[in-house]
Amino acid sequence: MADTRPTASIEAVESGLAAQGYIASRQIATAVYLSQQIEKPILVEGPAGVGKTELAKAIAAWRGMKMIRLQCYEGLDEAKALYEWKYAKQLLYTQILKDKLGEVLGGAQSLAAALDQLHTFGDVFFSKEFVEPRPLLQALEQEAGCVLLIDEIDKSDAEFESLLLEILSDFQVTIPELGTVSAVAPPTVILTSNSERDLGDALKRRCLHLHIGFPEQKLEERIVESRVPGISQTLRKQMVGFIHEIRSLDLKKLPSVSEAIDWARVLVLLQASELDTEIVKDTLNVLLKYEADIEAATPQISSFIAKASRQGVFS
Amino acid sequence: MRENLHRFFRAARGAGVRVSPAESIDAMRAVAQVGFADRDILRDTFLLTLAKTQDEKRALGECFDLFFSQPEPQQENAEQNKTDDTSESGANPSADEHGDAAGGAAKENLGPLAQMLLSQDRSAISTAIANASGAASLPDIRYFTQRGIFQTRILDAMGIQRLRDDIDEQTARNPALAERLQEALNGLRGTVRDAVSQALMLYGREEAENLRNEILRNAPLARIEPRQVEQMRALIRQIARRLRERYSKPRKRQRRGHLDVRRTLRRNAAWGGVPFLTAWKRKHRDRPKIVALCDVSGSVARVSDFFLLLIHSLHEVVDDVRSFAFSGHLIEVSDILESNSPEEAMKEIMSKVGFGSSDYGNSFADFEDNWMSAITPQTTVIVLGDARSNNLDPRADILRRIGERSKRLVWLNPEGRMVWGFGDSEMPRYATFCTVVRQCATAQQLERAVSDIVATYQ
Repeated sequence: MADTRPTASIEAVESGLAAQGYIASRQIATAVYLSQQIEKPILVEGPAGVGKTELAKAIAAWRGMKMIRLQCYEGLDEAKALYEWKYAKQLLYTQILKDKLGEVLGGAQSLAAALDQLHTFGDVFFSKEFVEPRPLLQALEQEAGCVLLIDEIDKSDAEFESLLLEILSDFQVTIPELGTVSAVAPPTVILTSNSERDLGDALKRRCLHLHIGFPEQKLEERIVESRVPGISQTLRKQMVGFIHEIRSLDLKKLPSVSEAIDWARVLVLLQASELDTEIVKDTLNVLLKYEADIEAATPQISSFIAKASRQGVFS
Repeated sequence: MRENLHRFFRAARGAGVRVSPAESIDAMRAVAQVGFADRDILRDTFLLTLAKTQDEKRALGECFDLFFSQPEPQQENAEQNKTDDTSESGANPSADEHGDAAGGAAKENLGPLAQMLLSQDRSAISTAIANASGAASLPDIRYFTQRGIFQTRILDAMGIQRLRDDIDEQTARNPALAERLQEALNGLRGTVRDAVSQALMLYGREEAENLRNEILRNAPLARIEPRQVEQMRALIRQIARRLRERYSKPRKRQRRGHLDVRRTLRRNAAWGGVPFLTAWKRKHRDRPKIVALCDVSGSVARVSDFFLLLIHSLHEVVDDVRSFAFSGHLIEVSDILESNSPEEAMKEIMSKVGFGSSDYGNSFADFEDNWMSAITPQTTVIVLGDARSNNLDPRADILRRIGERSKRLVWLNPEGRMVWGFGDSEMPRYATFCTVVRQCATAQQLERAVSDIVATYQ
C-alpha cells in the first residue's frame, strides 16, 4: 500500500528504514524527514559502498513506492533520460493511415483546402501516444508517487545537470511539442555522487546536501548485525574494530560498509568463531581491492587483531 | 527568532559558506518543520540545507557552535563579577551595610544601568547587552580596527553616560557605592569587549580574509615576509583551483557547417552512399604541454617557488609539465616537485642549484644539450627570470632555436618594465625571440599570465 502522507517524525523515519534493514544515522534520518517535509531532492555524497544507493532502495521499500533508477554515465542525454519520440511507430502509422488520409482529404477541392482540413486534426503524430517515456518522465507520471534515484550524477556531463534543474526544483519537464508535464505526485528524488567532479552550484542549490562518511563503530556493528544476522557478537565486534583499524592506514581504496558486510558473510560461511591471523590473511582480498593495499596491510594484521579484540573486552 | 536566523545566515556567510537567499528560505522552511527544541537536529538541519560541500559543512558546524554558544562567556563574566562582589562584601560587611543603608535612599537617584548592575541580574545584563548590540548594529562589524568604536557604541546604547554621572555623584556622597559601581563598570566593559570580539570572529572573518588576500595578491612576490609565505601558498592554491575549474573540462567545439566528407561517405556506405547520417568536422584541441625554465638565483627564487607551485597544481588542466631550475647551470626538477611537499621540494632544489649567480647562457646551453627533445610543436615554453646574466654571454641564439621548435615562448620577468635593458639585463635581446614577454611580480600577474597561457589552447 502506497503511503504518500508525509512521515510524522525523524524517529519514525529511523525506525521505518531500520525495518527495511537500513540502519540510518541521525543525520540521514533528518535528511530524509526534511526532504519529505519541504519536498526537496537529496544529494548524497560519500565514498563508494557506504550505502548511498541502498538508502534510496530502503526508502522505496519502506514507503511501498516504486523505485525508478536512472544510472548516469558519460554521454547520457535527453533521449535516454527524459523522453523520445517513437519514430518507428510514427512511420508505421503514417503508412497505415495513408488510405484513410486519402479518404478524409478526398473531399477537398484545392491543396489549400486540404491543408486547412489537415490542420483541424491537430498534431496527431506528436501526441502523448508517440512519446516513449524514459526514467525521468516515468517518475513524473507515477500516480502513487515514486522514489527516483539518479545514480552517480557526477559521471554524467555538465550539460545533463542543467537538464535536471527543472525537474529538481519544480517537478516538471517541458517537452516542446506537448508543453509542460507536471508530476502527478511529487516523487522523492535521491541523487548520488562519488565526488568525481564538482557538481554545479545550480544543482547543489536545489538539493539538500547529505554527506555519508564511514559510520562509527557502534553504528557499523548495528549495520552488520542487521545485514548478517548469523554472526556472533564477539566476532562482529572484532571484525568491525579490525576494519576501523584498517581505515586508519593510507590505502588506495579504504574498505567501506559494503565490504564489511561481504566480509562478515564470508566469515560466517567459513564458520569462524573469532579472528585470527590465518583467516584474515586468507580473506583479506574480500576487504581490500588492490594488490598494493593488501601488501601494505598484511604486516599489520596481527597487531590490528590484538587491538580489535582488546576493544571487544572493554566495551 | 527570525531575526536570529538572519543573523546566523550572515555569520555563516562570514565563515565562508555561500548562502544564497533561496537556500536561506529553504533553511527557514526546514527549521519551521523541526523546531528549535533539539540543538543537534537544528545543527543537522542547517548542515543539510546550507552547506554544500564537506569544507562548508565543517566551517558551518564551527560557526553554529560559536553562534549558539554566544551567551556563555557573558554569563561567566557576570558570575565572576558576582563572586568578586560577594567576596568583597564578605571582607568588609560593615562598609557594605553602610553603603546599602545610605544607598537605600540614594538608589532612586541612580540611572537604570547602575541599578541593573547593583542588582546583579545576569540575564538582565546579557539581555541589555544583546539589545544594545542590536541597536549598535554589531553584526555590521567587518574589521578588527572597528572593535573600539563598536564597544563605545554598545556602552553608549546601554547608558554609560548616566552611569558615569552616577559614579561621579556618589564618589562624594557614598564612596563605597561608587567603588562598587566602578567595579561593576569594569566588569561590564570586559563583557562587552568579549561580545564584540566574538561578533568580529563571526561576522568579520570573510571580510578580513578578503582584505588580506587582496593585499597579498598585489604584493611583490619577491619581497613578501617569511610569515606571509604560508598565506601566499594558500592563495596560490586557491588560484590553481580557480584555473582548474575554468579550464579543466575540454569543451567539445564542433565546427558545424563543415561537412567531413570522408567520414560521411564511410558511415553511409551501407546505404550505397546516400548520406542518411552526416558527420561534421571537429576542431581538435589538445591540452597544454608546458616546459618551464625557472631562474632560482637569489633575486628571483621566491617568485620561481610560487610559480612552480602553481604550475604543478594544474594537473587536470595541463597534460604534461616538465620544469627545470637553473642559476649557474640547469637541472630538471619535475620529479623533485612531484614527490615532495612544496617546502621540501624547494629546499632540495635550492641545495642543488640555488644561490649561485645566474648564468643564462650556460643554463640554456645545458638545456639544449640534454633536453631539447622535450620541446614539441605543441609545447609552450615558459622562462621565468630577470634576464640578468652578470655580463656573461647571453646565448640568445639558443633561445631563438627554442622559440622555433615550440608553439609559444613566454618570458615572465619579475622586474618592472622600466629597468629592462639597464645594467646587465639582457631582456631586450631575449625579447625579440619570445612570443610574449610580460611582467610577473605579484600573485595577480602570475594568475593572469598562467591563465592566458592555458587559454591559448582552448
